[in-house]
Amino acid sequence: MNPKYLPLTATIVIFVLSYALCVAQYPNILSTRVIGNLLTDNAFLGIAAVGMTFVILSGGIDLSIGSVIAFTGVFLAVVLENTGIHPLVAFAMALLIATLFGAVMGAIIHYLEMPAFIVTLAGMFLARGMAFVLSIDSIAIKHPFYGTLKGLYYKLPGGGRITLIGGLMLLVFGIGILIAHRTRFGTDVYALGGGTATAKLMGVPVGRTTIMIYALSGLLAGLSGIVFSLYTSAGYSLAAVGVELDAITAVVIGGTLLTGGSGFVAGTFIGILIQGLIQTYITFDGSLSSWWTKILIGLLLFVFILMQKGIVYVSRSERRHA
Amino acid sequence: MQTAGDNLLSATRIDKVFPGAKALDKVDFHLRRGEVHALLGENGAGKSTLVKCLTGAYRRDGGTILLDGVEVDPRDTFNAQKLGIGTVYQEVNLLPNLTVAENLFLGRQPRRFGFVDVGTMNRQARELLENYELDLDVTRALDSYSVAIQQVVAIARAVDLSGKVLILDEPTASLDAHEVEMLFRIVRRLKARGLGIVFITHFLEQVYEISDRITVLRNGQLVGTRDTATLERRDLISMMIGRELAAEIHSARKEPDVTGPVRYRFKDYGRKGHISPFDLDVRAGEVVGIAGLLGSGRTETAEILFGAHRADSGTAELDGKAVQLSSPRRAIAQRFGFCPEDRKTAGIVGDLSVRENIVLALQARRGWTRPISRTEQNRLADHYIRALDIRTADREKPIRLLSGGNQQKAILARWLATEPEFLILDEPTRGIDVGAHAEIVRLIEGLREKGMSLMVISSEIEELVAYSTRIVVLRDRQHVASLEGERITADQIIEAIASSNERGAA
Repeated sequence: MNPKYLPLTATIVIFVLSYALCVAQYPNILSTRVIGNLLTDNAFLGIAAVGMTFVILSGGIDLSIGSVIAFTGVFLAVVLENTGIHPLVAFAMALLIATLFGAVMGAIIHYLEMPAFIVTLAGMFLARGMAFVLSIDSIAIKHPFYGTLKGLYYKLPGGGRITLIGGLMLLVFGIGILIAHRTRFGTDVYALGGGTATAKLMGVPVGRTTIMIYALSGLLAGLSGIVFSLYTSAGYSLAAVGVELDAITAVVIGGTLLTGGSGFVAGTFIGILIQGLIQTYITFDGSLSSWWTKILIGLLLFVFILMQKGIVYVSRSERRHA
Repeated sequence: MQTAGDNLLSATRIDKVFPGAKALDKVDFHLRRGEVHALLGENGAGKSTLVKCLTGAYRRDGGTILLDGVEVDPRDTFNAQKLGIGTVYQEVNLLPNLTVAENLFLGRQPRRFGFVDVGTMNRQARELLENYELDLDVTRALDSYSVAIQQVVAIARAVDLSGKVLILDEPTASLDAHEVEMLFRIVRRLKARGLGIVFITHFLEQVYEISDRITVLRNGQLVGTRDTATLERRDLISMMIGRELAAEIHSARKEPDVTGPVRYRFKDYGRKGHISPFDLDVRAGEVVGIAGLLGSGRTETAEILFGAHRADSGTAELDGKAVQLSSPRRAIAQRFGFCPEDRKTAGIVGDLSVRENIVLALQARRGWTRPISRTEQNRLADHYIRALDIRTADREKPIRLLSGGNQQKAILARWLATEPEFLILDEPTRGIDVGAHAEIVRLIEGLREKGMSLMVISSEIEELVAYSTRIVVLRDRQHVASLEGERITADQIIEAIASSNERGAA
């Protein structure tokens, strides 16, 4: 097998095995209801994680997405409460702001040659601060259009529902996979992850690509914010704290190297499912504290980091003996 | 004088000045269609500077470049590639994580309906590589293949993109003999297609095997261009190493009488892949010169003696007692000193002052818990600035502002401050002007007379002849000859380097 698929395969195997274990204990986990809920509950995280996958593939990091999600939620709540603007128009405004926000961070990272970590850390505080400027309270969104959107779903056999936001996440993953593997931009993202200097020598438009990567991450964080406000029907400045770390976790568990250049958007989807599965299992069990989610995910992360090291080591020595 | 019409690429009177040094001085270089043209010279001769001027990586300061008779002015490597000049470096400049096909077609992938047509791309990649005798799974990541294959993929990309001139910068340095053969078959095939190929290497065997003509550079100047078939190997080596170094150091040659006891005795000392086991005795008051071409194991010899790389065979004795030299710390503890070759990366700390650079090694030996007092530091710095005549406004000036020769003297001062008994100097006169050159040579003489043991590595044969009491000649990572007394002449050294130089790609 092509060794580049090894981490992805390992992720899928682990997911299937753990799913089978869960089903063996609680057969109900196999129902379409559970699957539908799993998609709905993790929709905002999944959408943000697609953006994070591109950023990490390029060798960067985006710490601002949790704050952008909160900002978008508060922005929507404030706009819808205080003005007569239709939610669809408000969505478009929120997406535009989030995209520009990402693009500016990308431009700073490229032109000022600053580490992505520090630039997006600043972006994280800035976006969170802007959310507080708009409102410090949790504002409920009571617009009837929200009700309409939340009522949209596709009914699966067995009673499960693919809600609008769950479906949206699947769509975003589909488009993400297409962009990553079937566009020149996608290859350029991998190229940056392989080495910026070399990529530049080979003619990759490094500046444009960097800006587009962070703009894409901003756009998807904005979309994730809209989904989150649909999911919670509220906007709150303190919401979605640490979501960027959950997204990074999903990306890494999905088999993407944190150093960039290697991984798959599809792997991130499996990463989201694994995290969701652990949560579902703990809910089913009922007696376990929710902290077990964190503990299990922490252990999984360790296992994956070790596994990636192992794979890198094996493929190196394989080449030496080739 | 050739006319531009014969030549595919014609560079005339190329100048390139770096702060404090003239890297290229009116160098002419002419490349014909369908020839392999070797570009030779020791480190710092200006080979890579010339190549970088041709490919636009550096802006030249003077001279013209004609490609196909038309004047060109490549702005950057990308632009040069579009004009038709492609380059492949020793370090493969491709992306290891992308697939072979993606590397070949990055930036120009075939598309259908706006999306990359992966099927077509992979098919075209396979077809392209068939011309290079490669049958690869082009969907695998590049780094799953050997360096040789990556090298060929890089060549395929460069030729496909540019297609007129191919510059190969030390492409064989990390390949084994079999891989070099494969590479040469490809080079011959490209040559037959009419490409002009510039081949940079320091393996003379390979030069004679593959090249049609040879151009030699030394100290940024053109020594000459010759047909390979009529150029004797020893003539080539004298072109590269030079015979006409400043008369003042040549006249300094006198027969020193070394009667001191053997202090350092190395037996079967060696390290696999670096330097074959050798025996070496060094007396007090002796300068052992190390001669050999680039890549012959000169620096490797120094590094193993200093413990920068651990020896995996043999023993070392100091004054008859066995010693362990497994790390630079231990070597320093035995009063060894080592001035490395590349003072920019391995020697000076540019932003620290002259004083701080001088006390660095002494402080390191004493350990950080016993700091050298500021008065003592000042005394040391002032002493060596005076003793070695380091030209600096004062001892607190950042060392990067000094000229190359003065930086070199400051590094020498750093090691002298530790009062070493065995000092290894790797290319102490590289990149410094002739005046400073002579001073360093005098310094080496002076240290020897005080009874210090020295080992000096140099590409300048005449210089070695001037101050060495013994010369060890290296070839193919082996110590092949030891010259003493009457036999220390430039001719003898060149003879020893040139004789039976069969194994090129070792």
